[in-house]
Amino acid sequence: MDITTPLDSQVIEKLKAGDQVSITGVIYTARDAAHKRLIEALDRGEELPLDLRGQTLYFMGPSPAKPGQVIGAAGPTTSGRMDSYSPRLMAVGLKGMIGKGSRSQEVKEAIKKHKAVYFAAIGGAGALIARTIKKAEVVAYEDLGAEAIMRLEVENFPATVVNDAHGGDLYQEGKAKYSK
Amino acid sequence: MREIDAKKVTETVARLFQEANFFLGDDVLDYLKQGVEREESPLGRQVLEQILENADIAAKERIPICQDTGFAVVYLELGQDVHIVGGDFYAAVEEGVRQGYSEGYLRKSIVRQPFSARVNTKDNTPAVIHTEVVGGEHLHITVLPKGGGSENMSRLVMLKPAEGRQGVIDFVVRAVEEAGSNPCPPVIVGVGVGGTSDKTVFLAKKALLRRVGEPNPDPEVAELEKEILERVNNTGVGPQGFGGRITALAVHAEVFPAHIASLPVAVNLQCHAARHKEAVL
Repeated sequence: MDITTPLDSQVIEKLKAGDQVSITGVIYTARDAAHKRLIEALDRGEELPLDLRGQTLYFMGPSPAKPGQVIGAAGPTTSGRMDSYSPRLMAVGLKGMIGKGSRSQEVKEAIKKHKAVYFAAIGGAGALIARTIKKAEVVAYEDLGAEAIMRLEVENFPATVVNDAHGGDLYQEGKAKYSK
Repeated sequence: MREIDAKKVTETVARLFQEANFFLGDDVLDYLKQGVEREESPLGRQVLEQILENADIAAKERIPICQDTGFAVVYLELGQDVHIVGGDFYAAVEEGVRQGYSEGYLRKSIVRQPFSARVNTKDNTPAVIHTEVVGGEHLHITVLPKGGGSENMSRLVMLKPAEGRQGVIDFVVRAVEEAGSNPCPPVIVGVGVGGTSDKTVFLAKKALLRRVGEPNPDPEVAELEKEILERVNNTGVGPQGFGGRITALAVHAEVFPAHIASLPVAVNLQCHAARHKEAVL
């Protein structure tokens, strides 16, 4: 299924765990260090360096781009490290998350409550995914290096719906189907 | 006595880390291809095909297979008749890491003071270096860039000897099952059994250097590996945790004698980007 960002609530409504999607539009990167700063900014009542409403965060820190490249290898990192931060960000409008690995019960409940969605990209497919990134620029926390927040323009970025807005969970459903 | 120049050590380490990050071994590729044939889940098959396509792009374009280009783990087997000249041996290894990660546009992922400031060292040093002195007049260098996602799923347990073989199997299977999608399956399961706590963890990682699927030469250990692999692949975790049959490509176990009071077991998981390269000087 082809989808575009920012994510439309009607599109989110339709997405089901296990759906394979192809994402086109703008997404933003953020790993642990950037999440920590976003939350600290919220704690201080400051405005965030980017408006998260309707946006999608990609849990990713790329390898450096070679001369002439848009970005280096750009696969997802383990999402569980973002679990303590994600519900707060969904509360201020974050709609999509892309990473790899299972989320906490609290995150799954927040996904249902805020009508959001969690996608998995293929962990360890950094070279393949980099081809779908057409433009990349740092927009916040440049001092964090590979952990800075980048704005990415992506075309047909491949991902799979893991946690949908209705409580579906591909990791649980898939494992149950194939366990002996 | 044979002399080896420290500069040669630096050049070799720098080259090996780049090759390891760009070129997935034929053994891994073969097992991934077999996985496509054997996988029952359509989504799982598609994941394995994309992993193969990724390896192909990385090799052709000389870009990292995975953006996590790892902690630089280096195994040195130093012949006792070798004399390193022209510089400090370990400094030459560290310089190789520095040069390799810079020249290869590999990600620098190491932070100093892990529990507080976490400031990046910016050159991916220090390396984790293991040295063994062996006979002869050669230096055997093996590099293993180890990603954080799979490393974070490492486990160690000091079992009671009464728990025996079944205790070992249950612990390893549980570790892989609980890791689920996090370590980027299909994984290679490194298992250490015996020794002291540190020794068994060392063995679990060193087991990852074996050619994928090559059984332990001891038939009893090989049988243990086979049984663990079957159970792991019956968990249903599958490629990327999306459900399926191919959760692990192989189980490699290394065994060392244990204390009369102990049965230590360690698990070190390797993601499908099973990167390691070696050279003999």
